[in-house]
Formats: sequence, C-alpha cells, structure tokens
Amino acid sequence: MFSGRRLHLDGPLLIGLLVLSALGLVVIFSASGENWSVMARQGLRLGISLAVMVAVAQVSPENLRRFSPHLFTVSVILLVAVLVVGAAGKGAQRWLDLGLVRFQPSELMKLGVPMAVAWLLTRGRLPPRFSVLLSALALTLIPAGLVVVQPDLGTAIMLVVSGLFVLFLAGIRWQHVLMMLAAVAAVTPYLWFRLQEYQRQRILTLFDPWADPMGSGYQAIQAQIAIGSAGISGKGWLAGSQSHLEFIPERSTDFIFAVFAEEFGFIGVLMLLVLYLFVAGRCLVMAYHTRETFSRLLIGSLALTFFFYVFVNLGMVSGILPIVGVPLPLISYGGTSMLTLMAAFGIIMGLHARRRLMA
Amino acid sequence: MAATQSFNRQPMEASVVRGRLRLAGLLALVLSALLLSRLYVLQVAEYSRYQTLSLENHIRLQALPPVRGLILDRNGIVLARNTAVYTLQVIPEKVGDMDLLLHEVGKLVDLEEDDIAVFKKNLRRRPRFEKHLLKSKLDDVEAARFAVNEYRFSGVTLEAMLHRDYPLADLTGHVLGYVGRISEQDEARLDSAAYQGVSHTGKLGIESYYESLLLGRSGFEQVEIDAHGRTLRTINRESAIPGQNLYLSLDVGLQRIAREALGNRRGAVVAMDPGSGEILAMVSAPAYDPNLFVDGISRETYQALIQLADKPLLNRALYGRYSPGSTIKPIMALATMDAGVSPQERVFCPGWFMLPDSTRKYRCWKRTGHGSVNLHDAIEQSCDTYFYQAGARLGIDKMAPFLFSFGFGKQSGVDLPSEPSGLVPTSEWKQATHLEPWYPGEDVITAIGQGFLLTTPLQLARASAMLASRGRLVKPTLLRRQENPLTGEAQETRVDALSEAPALAIDQRDIEWVIRSMTAVMHGRRGTARASGRRSAYRMAGKTGTAQVVSIAQDGEYDAKSLRETLRDHALFIAFAPVDHPKIAIAVVVENGGSGAAVAAPIARKVMDYFFLKRLRRAASTGASGVFG
Repeated sequence: MFSGRRLHLDGPLLIGLLVLSALGLVVIFSASGENWSVMARQGLRLGISLAVMVAVAQVSPENLRRFSPHLFTVSVILLVAVLVVGAAGKGAQRWLDLGLVRFQPSELMKLGVPMAVAWLLTRGRLPPRFSVLLSALALTLIPAGLVVVQPDLGTAIMLVVSGLFVLFLAGIRWQHVLMMLAAVAAVTPYLWFRLQEYQRQRILTLFDPWADPMGSGYQAIQAQIAIGSAGISGKGWLAGSQSHLEFIPERSTDFIFAVFAEEFGFIGVLMLLVLYLFVAGRCLVMAYHTRETFSRLLIGSLALTFFFYVFVNLGMVSGILPIVGVPLPLISYGGTSMLTLMAAFGIIMGLHARRRLMA
Repeated sequence: MAATQSFNRQPMEASVVRGRLRLAGLLALVLSALLLSRLYVLQVAEYSRYQTLSLENHIRLQALPPVRGLILDRNGIVLARNTAVYTLQVIPEKVGDMDLLLHEVGKLVDLEEDDIAVFKKNLRRRPRFEKHLLKSKLDDVEAARFAVNEYRFSGVTLEAMLHRDYPLADLTGHVLGYVGRISEQDEARLDSAAYQGVSHTGKLGIESYYESLLLGRSGFEQVEIDAHGRTLRTINRESAIPGQNLYLSLDVGLQRIAREALGNRRGAVVAMDPGSGEILAMVSAPAYDPNLFVDGISRETYQALIQLADKPLLNRALYGRYSPGSTIKPIMALATMDAGVSPQERVFCPGWFMLPDSTRKYRCWKRTGHGSVNLHDAIEQSCDTYFYQAGARLGIDKMAPFLFSFGFGKQSGVDLPSEPSGLVPTSEWKQATHLEPWYPGEDVITAIGQGFLLTTPLQLARASAMLASRGRLVKPTLLRRQENPLTGEAQETRVDALSEAPALAIDQRDIEWVIRSMTAVMHGRRGTARASGRRSAYRMAGKTGTAQVVSIAQDGEYDAKSLRETLRDHALFIAFAPVDHPKIAIAVVVENGGSGAAVAAPIARKVMDYFFLKRLRRAASTGASGVFG
C-alpha cells in the first residue's frame, strides 16, 4: 500500500475490516427498521474506532511490550475500583462513570490479558516451564474472576480464552493441556451449581429449545426459524419478515446474525464466514511473518480470540451453543466492543509493520 | 539484523510458535466447517420445514406482568399497594428532535426538572429502542389533554400502569424499603424470564428481602399479528399470577406513637414480642419518603438526601451501631454471678475506680459516689464503680461469651437485607485487628458498655426480649403471614422453629435477681428511670444507658451545654413489661440525646402505654380478662 506502509497499516487486513464494517452498517440499517440515526451513530462509532486503530498502530513494538505489564496492572486496579464503587453506590458494577463517558475496564482487560501473558512468557524460554505456566494462568484467571463477580460471564470466558490462546501458541506441552482439561472437568460440577437458575436453564434449553418454546427456548427458536426460512438465496435486504415483525429479541445487537442470515441466505452466510476467515487468517499469516516471539504470540492470540467471538456468536444464534450474550464482532450494534476490537487490530498492524525494525 | 537475532534467542522457539499458528489456523477452519454444516442443515436441508414455520409464525408472545403483592401491617392496614396511574413512555429511536419534543410535551403536561433529568440520565444508559419513562402519575386532566394530542407525537405513548405506592410514606419507609426501576446491575442478577414485562424490583428493606414472594409470575398472551405487526386477535392467554400479600408483625399504631415520641431527634425505637420475636415497631428517625425512589430519583435530590448530616436514608434501627452504655449492665451482672460472685457482696463506690498499679481514675457517673452498693443497688442506680470492678475481675474472655449468647456480635437473622453483626471484642480479635494485646483498662470500660463493644438497636431489643423471656433467645421477624390473593390460602410464619437454644446455660435464679433489679430501676425508690415508671398500670423492668461519644480528659468535666450537639452522649434505654409475663420488649436509642433516663426512657413509656392501653380496650370490648396475666 502507498501511504499504508508509512502509517504502519496493513492493506489486505484493512480492506477486510472495512468490508465487514460496511456490511455491518447495511445489516443494522435493516435490523433497526431503516433508521438513519441509528446507522449514523454506528457510523460515527466506526469512524472513532478506526482513528483509534491508526493511532495504536503507531506505538512501537518495544514500547508496547514494555507497556504491557503496566496496562495489565492499571486494568486490574480499575476492575477492583469498579467493584468497590459499584458496591458502595447503587450503580452498575461494570462501569466507571467519568462524567462524559462511561468506561468499562473489562474492555481494557481484553487487551491487558493477552499482552501481559505474552510479556510474561517471552521473558524466558519457550515452551514455558510449569511455574511460568502457573503464573500465566494466574494473570488470566484473576481478571476473569473480577469480571465474573460483576457479573459478566460472557466477557470473563473471553478473557480466559484469550490468555489460553497465548499459552497454546507458546507451545505448552500437551500433558499440561490435559492437566488443565482435567482441572476444568473437576470444577465443572461446582460451577454448575454456582450458576444462576436462569443460566442453567439457558444451557439446558440449548439441548432442546422446543421443550419450552414460549419460555426460555423462545429466542433460540425464533432465531432458527428466521435463519432456516431464508433458504439458499435469502429473502433479500430489508425483506426479512421474521426480523421485521419483531419476533427476534435483541435483533440489532447479539442476534443480528439472524437478521443477516434471513435476508442474505446461505450464500450470504458463506460469504460472511469467508470474510471472517480472511481477516483471522490474514492476522495469523502476519503473526507467522513477524520476527520475534512477543509479537507473534500477541497477534496470534488477538486473531484467535476475534475468531472465537465470531464462532461463539454464530454458534449461539444458530443453536449449537448456549446463549451467553456475546456480540458479533464488527457487525453488532453498540460501540464498546468495537473500540477495543479496532485497538486490537491497531496493535496487530503496528507489530507486523515494524517487524523488520525490531531493535 | 543482528539485533533481531538477539531477540530471537532460540530459532527453535520460532518453529514451535509457527507450528502452533498452523494448528490454530486449522482449528479455525474446523470450527468454520462446523458452523457451516449447522447453517447448511438450517437453511438448505431443512429449509422447507422452517419456511412453513415462518409462514405460520404470525403469533407473537406478549408478557403480562404480575401484580406485586401488597404489604400490610398485623391489623391489615395497607403499607404498600399498587395504584393505577397514567404514564408517558417515550421510544427515543422514534423521536426526531428530543428537545423540541420535551418542550412541546411540556406545554400539555407538567414536566418537572427532576422528571427530565432522570429521563435524560436513562436515555444514555438504556437502549434507544426500548420504552423510557418520561413522566409517571399524570393527573386526569393532563392525561386527557395528552390523549387528544397524542397523534402529534411519534414515539410517545400514554399508558396506564400499576404504580407502587407507600401510603404511610416515611412512617414505614425504613422497614419496607422501596421498589425501583430494574437497573443494569439488577438485570445481570435477576432471571430475565421471571421478569418478563416487569419494570421494577425491590431494592431495600422488606421489598428487597421478600422480592421472590412479592413478585408473582408473569403471564403470557399469544396474539396473532398481521404483516405489519398489528394485533389481530388474542389466541391464548395465560394469566399472570399475582405476588403474595405479606402481613407484617408491625403495628402501625405503635409505630406512629414511637415515631412521635422520638419527635425531631435522631434515633431508633425497636419493640418486639419477647415470646415470638415478632417485631411490633421499628422506627428510625429522621426518615425519608420511599415514594421518591419508585420512578428513579434525580441525582440532585439524592445527593441532597445523602449529604444531610442527619442521614435520613440510614435505617438506624437495623444499621446504626452504638456503644450500649449501661444498658449492658444486666448482662454483665449475669456474667458476674456466673463467675461465682455473690449478689449480696458489697462494693464501696467513692465516685471512682482505680486499677491496681495504675493512677488512672475511672469515674462513676455520680461524682460523689454511691457509697456501699450490692449488685441490686448497682443496677438500680447504675453504679459504674461496681461494674468497673466486676469487669476488672471477669476479664473480657469471661464477658464476651455472655454478650454473644445474648445475640450481640452476630446477625440476628431478621428478615431484612444486609444486617450488620455489631461487634463483641475479644482478646484475639484485638490482637488480630489492632496488633496490640488487650489491656486491663479495656475490661473496665467494656463492663459499662463503652470501648469497642458495638450494638444495634435491634440487637438491644432482642437482648431485652431475652431477659424478658428468662433466657430464651428469639429470632426477630417481620413477616407474620403470607396470603395468596387469589385463593386466600395463608401461610403463617412458624415462630416456634425460630427460637434458638441459649448458647450458655443461664441460671434462672440469677436472671430473676437481675429482673428484680431492673424492676427497681423503674419502680424503686432510687431507680434511675423511676420518673418513667411512675404510676404505670403495669410493672416494667428496664435499664437506662448513656453512651459517651467523646472521651473526657482525665480530670475534665462533661458539660453538655458547652459541647457541640453531635458530640453529646447518646441516650439509651431497654425495657420490657409486664415483668412477670412480658408481652413487649423494647430498645430506644436517641443520638446525642444526653441522659438515657431523661430522654430515652420516657419514649419507651409512651410506646408501652399505648401498647397496653390498646390491649386493655380490646380486652374490654371482647369481655376477656387477665390482660396483664
């Protein structure tokens, strides 16, 4: 790319992101009932997020690496602050109200966890020793624990996953992977009983939504009807009857994929998935081509987390995963996660663009 | 390039990570294939099935919110109810120019600044495609005026809904708490399925503690809609099940008397039935009107409330923590007798007490001294010197078990949310929290209810009830009965299951001894509260207390007039009556009230007079006798 190189951007990735975001605006226009002001707001958020991406891409890899533990520490402090302030006042515990803007520290943590784990692992040799592995797990689980008690299960899971991706990329031994799986299997029954009744219901409904079609299975069934009735070619833009008759709750946010799939059919779905795979794949290739381990781990983890978001959202809307309340990246309405996401792509581009300049 | 090499210490490292990256790419492909196969099944393989379903899908589900249960007092007086009101709801997404809209609506309907402030706050916090409350409780004229003009305002609707209302306002505010709009935080905590169509949830007090009983269950209505989403007809309807009506043990009459007796002072009164633990009155002053919170309180009003020095939002009866002062002496007396001290043993009170090997003087409230006193005199006249000496002899580790067994230092289990436990100090506790050993001087002051010891008015009332029932500790309760409003089926709170066996075996003779002394407090020639016991139609047992807020210098003189009001002593009083078969136990705390005898005891007398007079009248009208058993 012409000036792209000087701005430390990556042409193919940028194009992929822009196409996906533009598609997002198109779908939101339909999902919101052809509301221009909703679309304008989302466009504004997109613009701000892209500007943040470009800005973040200018941070040099050395600074980013040095900055990682500090970002993590600050995020932990903010998470604790949110809990303390939230507990003292009556406000929601996810937000810090800074007057003009409300700020969600768990968003910062989505970057903080993979950066801190990558930083930790690259201080020594790879694959990491068992003690390092344990520290890395602590760096992952402590913030996740703080987020779970907010309570925000969806984000907490994503934090854990992002940390585990770094470990995975760092080449942890398979016996360690098995040990972790065994540990998870051991605590699962405990966690099951800690869940709120409605969360359990959601998981149970996954296996048979038709058991309670007017209750907890309603959302899942309506989404599947919308998707399934589209057929191969879909009902056409702005013509999704199920979506527009308001059968689908949260159709602009978490369930926007149902609107997309109803209007654009299997062909549209296939293209969307290809686009997502292209973005994630391009990032993995960039990770492959960087020269040093920190960048490689961080880019890889951010890319995999991004793809995992897509998988979880599509999985929950199409009925193969429980409904955990995760938005569809770059498409769902709402600005909080968009900003973090673009900042992550900024990091990826910046790390990749200066792979030769590493000192 | 050499620099790059130094970063990549191990070429092996690179190959490991690259291997894993390849594996990750593969994983992404596998997951994509999984998704695609699922979507293939939905959209291609089973297309015709879903298409049929979608064509039949003209049926929409609408939630019917349940009616929240009423809250009533023991005599059936309504404390919390639901009244039908007109509200204005706005869907911001459908509004073009919000400010213009507010201006125009304001011409038809009286919009307060508070309404607009709360509305704008919610505007930022909640999705714009949802309904936002602009104004509740429109009067009939406003509702009619708006209804005529409704066509002019897209996105604004006039809706009738049930609105929670507390007719007695601040009189029962602290006990009932209030409901408020479901916040983001509530949403995460609550089961969204159980709250279909429900906009409010209990935030404090009974409304919060018994949320699950009060809520009821949402119903559903299946309606057929046309292609534009308009309702054609109702197909099926499952009615909502209203919440349970809750009858509390409170007696509003008694509550009002207690409130009036406190007047404009800061303090709390708790009265309970010593046999069952039922709370008859729970008053905290000053109070606030819970109706302010139902539809969201504006930041300004809220700030104003929390910044008041009097803290009207604080339920002092439950959350206030006070040094018990001399009201703790009956319990210390039991500990003393339990340690083998004869109640007849006499102590000389010169007006002060001194520990051996120390020059510090612990002053008795009576500077000239009580002379020679035994345990009975010491309780009747509240002699500090006697108890200083008892405390020094017992030590904290003999006093603490008695305090715990009277319910101090732990939650009582009352049916209200987040009850504090108060504090009973022990030597281990001191070492752990203050990193210092327990000093003998602290034994001395703990014995007269000063120092670290902290109690809530509810705990004091419960301890008084335990004395009244000769050593049986009951769990205080507010819920007396719940009733299903549809079937009338009622369920009583089972009282017998709630009393606890005493942690310590308390000698019945000791407790009778203490009760005789407490009776002398009210009716004895030298009783500290004899003015409040005079000419009562029933016999009372009580104990006054005055708790220091500031410590007075060694030779200083406590001069109430020269001290700022907030530094003056707290006045306390516990009592029960009738002495032989107690029907009511009470605790009174008046912040900075000065003397317990002069300020707190008369309040208790007024409450008890009302209580017994009412019983007397009821007994007279039903022809029963033996009210005072």
